[in-house]
Amino acid sequence: MQSHALDIQALKRDKVPAVSPAGPVETSLRMENLNLFYNQNAQALFDINLEIPKQRVTAFIGPSGCGKSSLLRCINRMNDLVDGCRVQGRLLLDNEDVYDRRVDVAALRRRVGMVFQKPNPFPKSIYENVAYGLRIQGINKKRVLDEVVEKSLRAAALWDEVKDRLHESALGMSGGQQQRLVIARTIAVEPEVLLLDEPASALDPISTLKIEELIYELKSRYTIVIVTHNMQQAARVSDMTAFMYMGKLIEYDDTDTLFTNPEQKQTEDYITGRYG
Amino acid sequence: MNKMINEQDLHNERAPAVGAWIRSGDPLIWLNGAAVSVSVIAVVGLLLLLAVRGLSHFWPSDVLSVSVTYQGQTRELLGEVVEQVEVPGAQLREAGFELQGPGPFYQRTLLKQGNRDFLGTDFTWLIDEQFGERRYPLDLLVVERLEWGNFYGYLRAVNRFGADPVTVADHGEAAALEALQALIVDTVAVRREIHRIEQGDIGAINYELERLRLRERELELEGRLDASAQADLASQRAEQEALFRALQEQLYVLYDSIKDHSYSAELADGRVVTLPIAKVVRAYQPNAMGVFAKMQMYVERLWEFLSEPPREANTEGGVFPAMFGTVLMVILMSIIVTPFGVVAAVYLREYASQGFVTRTIRVAVNNLAGVPSIVYGVFGLGFFVYFVGGELDQLFFPASLPRPTFGTPGLMWASLTLALLTLPVVIVATEEGLARIPSAVREGSLALGATRAETLWRVVLPMASPAMMTGLILAVARAAGEVAPLMLVGVVKLAPTLPLDGNYPYLHLDQKFMHLGFHIYDVGFQSPNVEAARPLVYATALLLVLIIALLNLAAVSLRNRLRERYKSLEH
Repeated sequence: MQSHALDIQALKRDKVPAVSPAGPVETSLRMENLNLFYNQNAQALFDINLEIPKQRVTAFIGPSGCGKSSLLRCINRMNDLVDGCRVQGRLLLDNEDVYDRRVDVAALRRRVGMVFQKPNPFPKSIYENVAYGLRIQGINKKRVLDEVVEKSLRAAALWDEVKDRLHESALGMSGGQQQRLVIARTIAVEPEVLLLDEPASALDPISTLKIEELIYELKSRYTIVIVTHNMQQAARVSDMTAFMYMGKLIEYDDTDTLFTNPEQKQTEDYITGRYG
Repeated sequence: MNKMINEQDLHNERAPAVGAWIRSGDPLIWLNGAAVSVSVIAVVGLLLLLAVRGLSHFWPSDVLSVSVTYQGQTRELLGEVVEQVEVPGAQLREAGFELQGPGPFYQRTLLKQGNRDFLGTDFTWLIDEQFGERRYPLDLLVVERLEWGNFYGYLRAVNRFGADPVTVADHGEAAALEALQALIVDTVAVRREIHRIEQGDIGAINYELERLRLRERELELEGRLDASAQADLASQRAEQEALFRALQEQLYVLYDSIKDHSYSAELADGRVVTLPIAKVVRAYQPNAMGVFAKMQMYVERLWEFLSEPPREANTEGGVFPAMFGTVLMVILMSIIVTPFGVVAAVYLREYASQGFVTRTIRVAVNNLAGVPSIVYGVFGLGFFVYFVGGELDQLFFPASLPRPTFGTPGLMWASLTLALLTLPVVIVATEEGLARIPSAVREGSLALGATRAETLWRVVLPMASPAMMTGLILAVARAAGEVAPLMLVGVVKLAPTLPLDGNYPYLHLDQKFMHLGFHIYDVGFQSPNVEAARPLVYATALLLVLIIALLNLAAVSLRNRLRERYKSLEH
């Protein structure tokens, strides 16, 4: 009987060859002793120390409830919306503390875009969805908007499918298209970091493949952090992988290393399907 | 063999029939169906009753001519049959009637005999067995008048002032009738002109004079009323008064031109009376009219009901001012209540921390919806009218004191009171709408760098708009039918002018107004002439229901369009 173990060799064959840009890799995000509390007593993250490289894809994997989404939402301060949520430690974006009192959260979120698990287009036209981020920045010139909308939709590999119905409601699109629209909407404001919270978990295999191809396309321009349940996906798309368990960072390494030669027993157990 | 066994099994399953039937859910379906049917029948029945009773009033029915013999005396009567009922003889005998027939039941007829100025009562109950032959004479004339109700009789002569009378005896009936109709057309045109001058031109002059008076008083209060200001005011006043006198002259001429036309007619008892044409609304011979002519008359009278102000203590004429007041008040109420309710709901749902205080406020808001409306009326009178209105008068209208401007019931206070009354409905509906919006959409907006306020304004509120419309629909339905609080804060039985007219500031929020709901109460229960007013009660009630339905339909169709737009998100 075949085990659930991951055939990393097979995956590596599928994987597009990594073309890392030459030169030393810069750090985009650095977390130092990051703790997250949802209540007085409920601690969700414990002493996370992590460096996320620029223009690479970093994946967070781990079983449900391990805190990978919480960690992701720390980066653009989405956790601020949760009542009673508190963060300790430092989270540096280009050596600036994200949790500094002087930080404008709206400006931060323009630098750190986020795509959610379920496609969440606004009940507006396709065009207006992509232009939304610009409009709230006060950019209303039609020429500029047209240009950005087209560029973003092309970047999200959606332009050819929707160019004839830009002014129809975004809610009429398929799930996969909606998710790519949300990605287009996010990159329209030109963020530095792209957070993807299980972006393909609600999609069919073909749409998933398209999203993965898109992630590969986008990584030359953006630092991408992706949370995923799907280890094959992590192995396929990411350069770095962090394995988390019960709110702690267990292991963080090169994706190839982590999947082929994990240092920790827990990591090995998880990727070979022994628990999780 | 096998088949037989199967059939046997089926039969056994069906054996405990009642239990299975109940478990199957069928009784519940029947119960639900019955409940829905009862509701539908009740609503349709009510509408039918209102429609039949109300709308038949405008039909020009045939006029009966009959002689009534009672205790050896014979009277000739004319009139429309309004109602027929069977009553037990015992009841009639007890009331002192002598009965000839065998009984036990006797037919009674309610006859509208009109001619209140000659007969005293215009409605009379008669026992059918006293009737002689029933006739419907073709030349019987019905005259609708501005005073004294309908006139029933036979036309004898038409006297145009300064011309020879056109008599039926000499010129024939057709010629006389034609002369009468021509004269009525003329006088109606003159009356319309008089109305225009009185309401429009003289109304404007009155406004202007009042403005000058207030200006003078203002200057006096400020101690700046010196000789030049006085002279200036006096000259303006003189100008207005000159205008007024000119108009007055014009009015005298117009009044003079119609006051001496008259018509003579014979009553049922043979008396011939002469009446002024200046007071005639229309004259017709219902017994000679075909169905088509009657239909035309019906539409004409229905239109009069919808477009004319009432007359004769609201028992005749139309309900236009009441209709206008109702709609205007509801619109003002909507304009006030929607922003307030939405803002309150947004605060409660989006900004307030969901703790004890917020919960308490929410419970309080829900309870407000259950407070009897008369309590709101008392509150509106005490707080809005006397306190706020009184203060406003002190601050902004000291010149017209001691006569109150806003310190008296009026349109604004009525709208505000009803806005307060319907506020809970809007808050609750909007809050529910806000709660239903998926958090994913909010997060999507926030993640793009929008602030909470921007998210609210650009994404959340548009998506909650169908819920707001639902709240508004419920509010309109409640407000349009509300009467009790309005009686305290601004509705009157007869308002001389509409609250919206051509005189600055056009919308007179301080004026009292008429309202269909109160009109129903007033016509139905405060009227000196119950029988004459009753059909109007039905017609007015039908109109009120239709207006509420129309306002609701408008809001519902708007909501459906909004819903359509945001539909796919509410999986």
